[in-house]
Amino acid sequence: MTARKILLVCSLFPIAAWSPVAWSQVSFDRILHADKEPQNWLTYSGTMQSQRHSSLSQITPENVRNLQMQWVYQARSLEKFEATPLVVDGILYTVQAPNDVIALDAATGRIYWTYSYTPAAESRPCCGRVNRGLAILGDTLFMGTIDAHLIAIDAKNGKPLWNTTVAKAESGYALTHAPLVVKDKVIIGTAGGEYGIRGFIAAYDAATGKEDWRFYTVAAPGEPGGDSWKNDAWKTGGGSVWVTGSYDPALNLTYWGIGNPGPDWNGDPRPGDNLYTDSVVALDPDTGKLKWYYQFSPHDEFDYDSVQVPVLADMGWTDKNGRTTQRKLMFWANRNGLFYALDRTSGEFLMGKPFVEVNWMNGFDEKGRPMRVPGKTPSKEGTLIYPGNQGGTNWYSPSFSPRTGLFYIPSWVNYSSIYVKTEQEYVEGRTYGSGVPRSPVPFGRNAQNFRKEDEGYGAVRAIDAKTGEKKWEFKMNDVTEAGILTTDSDLLFGGGREGYFFALDARSGAPLWKASVGGTVASGPMTYSVGGRQFVAVSAGNSLFTFALPQ
Amino acid sequence: MGNHMRASITICAVLLTAGTLPAQHEYTPGDVQDGQRLFAASCAQCHGPEGDAVPGVDLSHGKFKRAASDGDLIQIVQKGIPGTAMPPNNFNEFQAGTIVAYLRSMSSAVAVSASVPGDAARGKAIFEGKGNCLNCHRVKGRGSRMGPELTDVGALRRAIQLEQSILEPDAEILPQNRFLRVVTKDGATVTGRLLNQDAFTIQLFDSKEHLVTFQKTGVREYAFIDKSPMPSYKGKLSTQELADLVGYLTSLKGIEAK
Repeated sequence: MTARKILLVCSLFPIAAWSPVAWSQVSFDRILHADKEPQNWLTYSGTMQSQRHSSLSQITPENVRNLQMQWVYQARSLEKFEATPLVVDGILYTVQAPNDVIALDAATGRIYWTYSYTPAAESRPCCGRVNRGLAILGDTLFMGTIDAHLIAIDAKNGKPLWNTTVAKAESGYALTHAPLVVKDKVIIGTAGGEYGIRGFIAAYDAATGKEDWRFYTVAAPGEPGGDSWKNDAWKTGGGSVWVTGSYDPALNLTYWGIGNPGPDWNGDPRPGDNLYTDSVVALDPDTGKLKWYYQFSPHDEFDYDSVQVPVLADMGWTDKNGRTTQRKLMFWANRNGLFYALDRTSGEFLMGKPFVEVNWMNGFDEKGRPMRVPGKTPSKEGTLIYPGNQGGTNWYSPSFSPRTGLFYIPSWVNYSSIYVKTEQEYVEGRTYGSGVPRSPVPFGRNAQNFRKEDEGYGAVRAIDAKTGEKKWEFKMNDVTEAGILTTDSDLLFGGGREGYFFALDARSGAPLWKASVGGTVASGPMTYSVGGRQFVAVSAGNSLFTFALPQ
Repeated sequence: MGNHMRASITICAVLLTAGTLPAQHEYTPGDVQDGQRLFAASCAQCHGPEGDAVPGVDLSHGKFKRAASDGDLIQIVQKGIPGTAMPPNNFNEFQAGTIVAYLRSMSSAVAVSASVPGDAARGKAIFEGKGNCLNCHRVKGRGSRMGPELTDVGALRRAIQLEQSILEPDAEILPQNRFLRVVTKDGATVTGRLLNQDAFTIQLFDSKEHLVTFQKTGVREYAFIDKSPMPSYKGKLSTQELADLVGYLTSLKGIEAK
C-alpha cells in the first residue's frame, strides 16, 4: 500500500481506528463510590443505595426526542431477557438466559467473548430459566446459575475461575439474581419458594468461592424467630431471594428482601408469622448475623414476596409530632400493594400506604404490623383479593430520584386474583403451592391487548417518598414487568409488556420519547457513557437495545 | 356444573389419597370455568370443542383410550402419552384437575337445540337468507368481516356456546370481539372492532373494513361499547331452525388443504 493510499484510507475513516480503553480493576472502593463514576454501572442497581438513579445528564427532556438506536445484541435464547448489564470502562457485561455471560464493546455492541454454562438438567426454577445479572470485583465477574451454582469468571477472557455448589437443584433451589459484592465477599440468596425449600442468603470468599457464612431466611426452632413456625413447617418454609440487596457502609449493614412462605396459598400447615418470609432483613456482611428485620406481610397467603431491591436514601423526615430530623431511610414499594418508609438503622416502621388497591389489610398497629381484614383469606371457593398474585409491583426495579424526591413504581393497577386454597403434601423437588390464584378476567398474556381499564392496567406511579401520596401516573394498557431508571436531568426511562421503551418527564410524567422495541421490556433500564457520550440500555424481548444522541 | 361431576371427582380424590397424587379437592364452578379456559387454549385444537375430534376418544362422554380414572386423566394431561400426538403440558396438578373437572361437566350442559337433530344444509340457508348473518359475519370468503369470522367456529366453540351467542349475544362477548368507539380531535367518530391498544395507539377494524391506527394524541375520547352489535334471535327462529343453524355452525371446521 502506497503512502498516498494510506492517506486516502485514513481520510475515509477519520475516527481513531484503535481506541483502547483504560480498564482498571474494580476495587470495592470503586463500587462503594460508584456514584462518582457515572460513566460506569458497577452493580445491579447502579450503586449500593439501589436508587437506579444516574447523575449522567447529557440526555435531557429537551433533546431526548433525538435519541437514536446505536446497536442491538440479539440473544440466542427465547427466555425472558431480565438482566441489567454492568459497564466497566467501556466494556459491557450481561447474561443471556439462562447462564451465558457476554462481554461486548459498550459503544459498538461487538462481542469480545462469551462464557457458556449449561445448567444441570435437574434445575427447575419456577418462573423462567432466567438470570438478572452479574456482580464484579477486581478482574472477576460473579454469576448465580439456575442450577444453584455460584461461578466466578475472569472478566478479561471469560474463563471460569471457581464454581461453588450453593444448594441442591433437584430440591428446587435456583439462583436467578445478580450477586452483591461487599468487601471481599460475594453475597447471594436462593430461589425455590414454590418448591418448599428452606431459603438462605450466603456469603462466599470472592477469591476462592468458599462459604463464609449462611443466614437462613426461615428460622428453625431455637433460633430467633423460630417460634413463628409450628410443627415442622419451617423445613419447607420457602423464603426465596429473587433480587439483589443493598449495602450501607456507615452502618455496615446489608439489606435483603425475602420471598413468600411455602406453601404459597394455604397458610394452614404453617401457623404463625413465618419469619423471615416477606420481610426485609438487615445483616452484618462480615458474619451474616441478623441486626433487625421488618415483616411486611406476616403469615402471607397471597405470594406477596418482598421481592424488591431495598432503596436507601438519606433525607429529612417529619415524624408524627411534626419534628423533622435527618434520617437514614429505606423506601420499599412491596408486592403486597403498600409503599413503606423504614429507618434503616433500626428497622423502625415510619410509614406504610397503599399505592394500588389493597383489600387484604386495612391499617397498621403502633409497631407497623398490618391488620388483616377478616375473611380476606384464600378459600376453597376462591376469595377476591387486591392486589392479585403478581402484586401491586413485583421484582422489577423501582427508582428514586433525590432531585424530585419521588419514588417511581412499576405498578399493576385495578389488579386482583381469586385465591383458591387446596391441600397438598410436600414432595421434594415438586411444586408446593397448595392452591391456585385465578384470574377474574378472561385473558392472560396475549400479543394483542383487549383490556378494559377496570380489568387491570400497568402504570408508572410517582409517589412522594415523604408522604406516600401519588403525584402522577403514566398509564399503559397492558401490565408491566419493566424496571425504571431516572437521571439527574429529570428524565425517567421505562417500558412494559406493550413493547415500548420510553422516556417521561420525571417531574410531571409527560411522555417525551418512545421507541418501539417490539418485545416485552422485562428488565431494568440503565445508563453509561463511553468517550463522553451517554447511552441508555434496556433488554426487551430477546434483545439488548442501546440508544444515544446523534454524534 | 352437575353433581355427577363433583361426585366423580370426589371419589377420584378419595382414591388418590392412597396413591402418589396429593390432590384432594372439590372443584368449584370457578375451577370448572378455569378448566374450560385451559381446555379451549390447549386441548380444543386437536380434541375439538366437544372433545370428540380424535378418533376413538370422546372426552365429554367419558370415552378414553387409556384412562380409567380422573387421576389417570390428570397424569395424561400433565405428562402426555409418549409416542402419540398427545404432548406433555406445563400444568400443575390442580390446573390439570380443573380441565378434567370441565370434561366431566361438559355432558351436563345441553343445548336447547339439541332436542331436535339439526341439518347443516338447512342451517346454511338460514344463515345466508332469513338470518342475514353474512351482513356481519364471514364464512369461507363470503360475507362481512365486521363481526367474528366463522369459517372455523365449529372447531373452536361448542354447540351450546353457539346457541347462547345466537339467543343472547350480550351474555358472553369474547375479549377479541370487543367494539370501541373513538372520537378524534377533529370531531370524527369511528366505531370498530378493537384489534389492539397500548399507551400511545389504538388499532381498530373499522366499519369500512379498514385496518386503522389512531395515535392517542389525536384522539379526544374513546370508550368500549358494552352491548354486542349482534341482534338476539330469540323468538325469531323456531327450535328446528335454531338446531339447523347450530348444526351448520358446528360443521364449519376451517378451510381444507387441497
